[in-house]
Amino acid sequence: MALLEVRNLATHFFTREGTVRAVDGVSFALEPGKTLGIVGESGSGKSVTALSIMGLIPKPPAEIVSGDVLFEGRDLTKLSEKQLEDVRGREIAMIFQDPMTSLNPTLTIGTQITETIRRHYDVPKQQARKKAVELLEEVQIPRAADRLDDYPHRFSGGMRQRVMIAIALSCDPKLLIADEPTTALDVTVQAAVLDLLDDLRQAHEMAMILITHDMGVVAESADDIVVMYGGQIVEHASVNDLFDRPEHPYTEALLGALPQIEGEGIRTGRLTAIPGRPPDLKNPPPACRFAPRCPYANANDSCATVIPELREIRKDHWVRTAHPACERAGAREPEKVQA
Amino acid sequence: MSASPKPPLLEVSNLLKHFPVRSGILIERTVDHVKAVDDVSFEIAEGETLGLVGESGSGKSTTGYCVLQLLKPTSGSIRFQGEELTTLGREELRRMRREMQIVFQDPYASLDPRMTVGDIVAEPLVVHSIGSRRDRTLRVRELLDVVGFDPGFTNRYPHEFSGGQRQRIGIARALALSPKLVVCDEPVSALDVSIQAQILNLLKDLQQDFGLTYLFIAHDLAVVRSMSDRIAVMNKGKLIEIGPAEELYAAPREDYTKALLSAVPIPDPRAMKERKAARRKLRHALAEG
Ligand SMILES: Nc1ncnc2c1ncn2[C@@H]1O[C@H](COP(=O)(O)OP(=O)(O)OP(=O)(O)O)[C@@H](O)[C@H]1O
Ligand SMILES: Nc1ncnc2c1ncn2[C@@H]1O[C@H](COP(=O)(O)OP(=O)(O)OP(=O)(O)O)[C@@H](O)[C@H]1O
Ligand SMILES: [Mg+2]
Ligand SMILES: [Mg+2]
Repeated sequence: MALLEVRNLATHFFTREGTVRAVDGVSFALEPGKTLGIVGESGSGKSVTALSIMGLIPKPPAEIVSGDVLFEGRDLTKLSEKQLEDVRGREIAMIFQDPMTSLNPTLTIGTQITETIRRHYDVPKQQARKKAVELLEEVQIPRAADRLDDYPHRFSGGMRQRVMIAIALSCDPKLLIADEPTTALDVTVQAAVLDLLDDLRQAHEMAMILITHDMGVVAESADDIVVMYGGQIVEHASVNDLFDRPEHPYTEALLGALPQIEGEGIRTGRLTAIPGRPPDLKNPPPACRFAPRCPYANANDSCATVIPELREIRKDHWVRTAHPACERAGAREPEKVQA
Repeated sequence: MSASPKPPLLEVSNLLKHFPVRSGILIERTVDHVKAVDDVSFEIAEGETLGLVGESGSGKSTTGYCVLQLLKPTSGSIRFQGEELTTLGREELRRMRREMQIVFQDPYASLDPRMTVGDIVAEPLVVHSIGSRRDRTLRVRELLDVVGFDPGFTNRYPHEFSGGQRQRIGIARALALSPKLVVCDEPVSALDVSIQAQILNLLKDLQQDFGLTYLFIAHDLAVVRSMSDRIAVMNKGKLIEIGPAEELYAAPREDYTKALLSAVPIPDPRAMKERKAARRKLRHALAEG
């Protein structure tokens, strides 16, 4: 059984200016111990998806208008706030982009870790403190025992993110949701944090949902990747198949738009920019949400009239478009996969 | 070192910028100095792009601001077209400023929200009393057209536009006085990948069409690589390595540069396996000294 199964999730924001269809029919499953990467540009619905799973969307204006979130078979959308509190932190933990806003600046980090532990486990303070030191050591904070009584502002950005990870791990969750955990960090610090997450995930046999807008970050960390566009999943595949044979015109364009770090003609070449801009989710395009920017959509096809379904174009590779790469005229042969 | 036949457009020598660190509750005293820029030298030839990379706080923006004399250097020399800028009087500096402009990172913060798009782009022309009202209106339309912004929207306000559109407004404004040198300080860091590509392509086209010279500052090493002829690496205020882009990326000399490059995640899962192993090794080696 999947650890987490999200089925047809739709979360909308009911605002004075109209209904924002922030997440609109999202489905995916995650096996224990695996990492799912969710990529997409700003506003595509990544964070709202994560917050919906955790039961943390702001109600109102937001509401889950349809769908189930099955965690070990239990539908989290049906739980009371009290029941959800037991799940959060203990079974599913979450870390956010900005560790400063999610750490309490007025409490020492020791207090913040022990409070999380004691919220879920009935252990004496001293034992919780001992566990806190172990956790800080595990996330490689030097002189952990001495730093327990420091306040968050005494830590650098990378160190604060390690503290957040320590708090997230404190109750040995089965699933960690990391929403842009390294976006605010320098690239060397990002690499260290991602390596740390790798090690911890293996040691704790923890599954992870890694949310990012960085294709490089998912390429290195994820087993499977979901690409979101305008509140929907447009492509879902294993990491290798997604990068070897992207099918959705948006995924292809996104990869083409990325500047390369090694290769020929980088300086003189142009990037393949995607014309236009992401859809307004109050008033999205009627059928395919990518159609107005899609190089393959044209006036006399179905893109503006028929809503494309997410379909399995080959084993374990799902795509939502009328124009997947493999069905286009002169489609490329499946590329040879190098060892 | 530079094989360029022309004399450099910009020569920066031994640039130093220290900020005082103040402390004390009733009586503030300067207790120390941050060496934000610490003995930095480089040149940029006309029509060339020098990329400036480094981690947060390494002194990239401070270097850029000193070049434009938006910050007064503590010491050192900045020569633009052979003329020393650090000793110029106000009026001469004003004249020189026409040739040097800046594009900022945050298109949200850098545009005055109470001014219309047209007024924002026209402002440098007004400040330098260039052309009649009518001339300026025409020039603004031309500039907006060049940067791919619909000139029909000149009477709208910046908040009505997306990040990418706002960055185009900022670029049009920077181009208003036909500058020779443009300092781009993280011009695409706030933008999504698909929009980022539009702006990078635009900057490349403008360089071609108008022979612009760029000092291109960014922390994204792939973005800098795609824009630059040569690249300089800063670390803790010092310029630790400089060279042609391909050479520097293919064979970095400094351990710090190696660590920086090895940390960049690239969109290739198979290559990432090796890169991850390599960067762990490098990090451990650096930690052990
Ligand atoms: N409080 C809110 N009221 C109205 N709309 C909202 C609210 N919060 C989010 N949205 C909308 O929901 C959509 C999805 O937002 P979400 O935060 O999930 O995007 P994201 O993919 O996480 O983007 P980013 O990369 O910028 O974090 C956006 O269009 C956003 O404008
Ligand atoms: N006005 C100021 N007063 C005091 N210190 C300053 C000031 N401006 C910058 N600094 C310090 O100078 C150093 C260099 O800052 P700078 O903004 O140039 O870095 P940067 O490389 O542009 O970083 P980032 O990538 O974060 O933009 C930092 O330590 C910063 O805190
Ligand atoms: Mg988000
Ligand atoms: Mg800066």
